[in-house]
Amino acid sequence: MENELKKTCLHQAHSELGASMAPFAGYDMPIEYSGLDTEHTAVRTHAGVFDVSHMGEIFIEGPDAVDLVNHVFTGDAAALAPGAIVYGMMCRPDGGTVDDLLVYRLADSKFLLVVNASNIDKDYDWIKANADGYDAAILNRSADYGQLALQGPESETVLRDVLGIDAAAMKFYTFTALPGADDAHPMIVSRTGYTGEDGFEIYADEGTVIDMWHRLIDAGVTPCGLGCRDTLRFEAGLPLYGDELADDITPVEAGLSMFVKLDKPGGFIGRDALARQKTEGPKKRLVGLELEGAATARHGFEVLDIDGAVVGHVTTGYNSLTVGKNLAVALVDAAYAPLGTHLQVKIRRRMANAVVVKKRFYIPNYKK
Amino acid sequence: MAKTYYLPSHEYITVEGDEGRVGISEYAASQLGAVTYVDMPAEGDTFDAGEDFGAIESRKAASDLYMPVAGEIIAVNEDLENDPRLINNDPANAWIVKIRISDPSELDKLMDADAYRMYLTTLH
Repeated sequence: MENELKKTCLHQAHSELGASMAPFAGYDMPIEYSGLDTEHTAVRTHAGVFDVSHMGEIFIEGPDAVDLVNHVFTGDAAALAPGAIVYGMMCRPDGGTVDDLLVYRLADSKFLLVVNASNIDKDYDWIKANADGYDAAILNRSADYGQLALQGPESETVLRDVLGIDAAAMKFYTFTALPGADDAHPMIVSRTGYTGEDGFEIYADEGTVIDMWHRLIDAGVTPCGLGCRDTLRFEAGLPLYGDELADDITPVEAGLSMFVKLDKPGGFIGRDALARQKTEGPKKRLVGLELEGAATARHGFEVLDIDGAVVGHVTTGYNSLTVGKNLAVALVDAAYAPLGTHLQVKIRRRMANAVVVKKRFYIPNYKK
Repeated sequence: MAKTYYLPSHEYITVEGDEGRVGISEYAASQLGAVTYVDMPAEGDTFDAGEDFGAIESRKAASDLYMPVAGEIIAVNEDLENDPRLINNDPANAWIVKIRISDPSELDKLMDADAYRMYLTTLH
C-alpha cells in the first residue's frame, strides 16, 4: 500500500496551472509547468518562483540555544550575527551526514533551522536525542510554514514591484523578519536560494504564501518545478541530500570542508572523525565529470577506470542546458579524483568516456 | 498501404509488408520534452515483443523503449544521432529503428490509431 501523499498549501494552484506532479519526499510536488528547459532558462535570465513549502522549519530557542545548535552543526552559530544565515551540515559521530541545512539566527538565543523535506523527522529526532543537558526548546514547525523561492537576476525588482518588499540593501545570506498573519507567524525573507542565481526565499503562513504565489504568477513570473530546481542546483555545484550527501557520505568527501569549522570552540558531533579524514585525506571524493557523447549519466550508474574496474558511482548527471555540455557528479575512489583523470561511465549497455573536471559547472551570480 | 499500431507505453510501429518502422507517439514526445539522446540497438539484433531495445532521454528522464512485436533490426535512424530533436519535431516520421517482423499475427494484439486515441483520453 502506498502512503497518502502530503500536499503543500499550493497544491490547488499547481493543478490550475496544469503542472505535472510526482511524489517527492512524501509530498505530491510539481515537477514542471511549461517545461523544464523553459523554466530553467527563466531562472537564469529573468525570474522564476518555486513552491518549496515541503522544506522543514525547526526552531531552537532558549538560554542554551546557541550551544545546542553548535553541538549538532558543523558551522559556527556563535559567530553568526542576528539577521545572518549560515549553511552547513549535521553529522554523525563517524562524520556521515545527517542532513545539510541553513541556520538563521533570529535573535541571540533563537535559531531557525531549514532542513530537507525528506529528513524533517530524522533531523528533529536527532537534535532531540543530542540535546540532553541543554536548556533549549526544540520545535518542529514545518507544518505551520509555507515557503516560496523567488530566483533569478530580476528577483530583487520583482520582490519590490510585485510584493512590495524592498530588499536592495539585503546582503547574500541575510534575512529580514516582517509582520506576518499573526504574532505566531512572522514572515521571514532571506537572500538565499538553490539555483546559483540571486534570489530570495520567503517563509510565511499558508494564506500569505498562497496570496504571494498568485501575485507573482499574475505578474508574469515563471512558475518553476522541482525538475529545473535540480538542473539549476546541479550546474551551480550545489549538493542534494540523497545524491551528493548521505548518512555514509561526509562533508569532507563531498568537498564541503569550507562549511566544517573544525576549530570552533566546543567542537561538535562528528568533529574528530572529520578532522582525521581531512588530515589523512578521504578515501572517496566527489568529482565533476565531462562526458563524451550525449547519453546522460544518471544517479547510480557505475564509474570505471580506463581498464574497466569500478571506482565509484554517479550521484547526479544532466545534459547541461546553460553550459551546453554533458556533465555529471560522481563519488569516486580518491586516487581517481585529480582534475584531468580519464574515466568511463556505464550507461545502460555502453561505456561513455569521461574526464574529471571541477564540479561547479556554472559560476553563480550571487549579490555579495 | 501502411498501417500504424501502438503500445500502451506509447511506441508505434508503422507496417509496410513484413517491415515496420518503430518510434514514439506525438503524445510521448510531448511528455518527454526536448529529446537529448536516443540509445539505439545495432543492426542484426533481434528482440521479442515487449522487450526493451533501447532508451530515449530528455533532460528530465530516461525512458526505456519497448518492441511492439518480435523482429530483427534492419536499420537504425542515424539522423537521430546528430539531431535527436527530430523526434519532437515530427515523431511520426522520426522512426528510431526499422525491423523485419517475425510474426505478423502479433500485430493483432496492438492498438490501432483509433484505439490508441481512446486510450490517451483515459490517461488524464
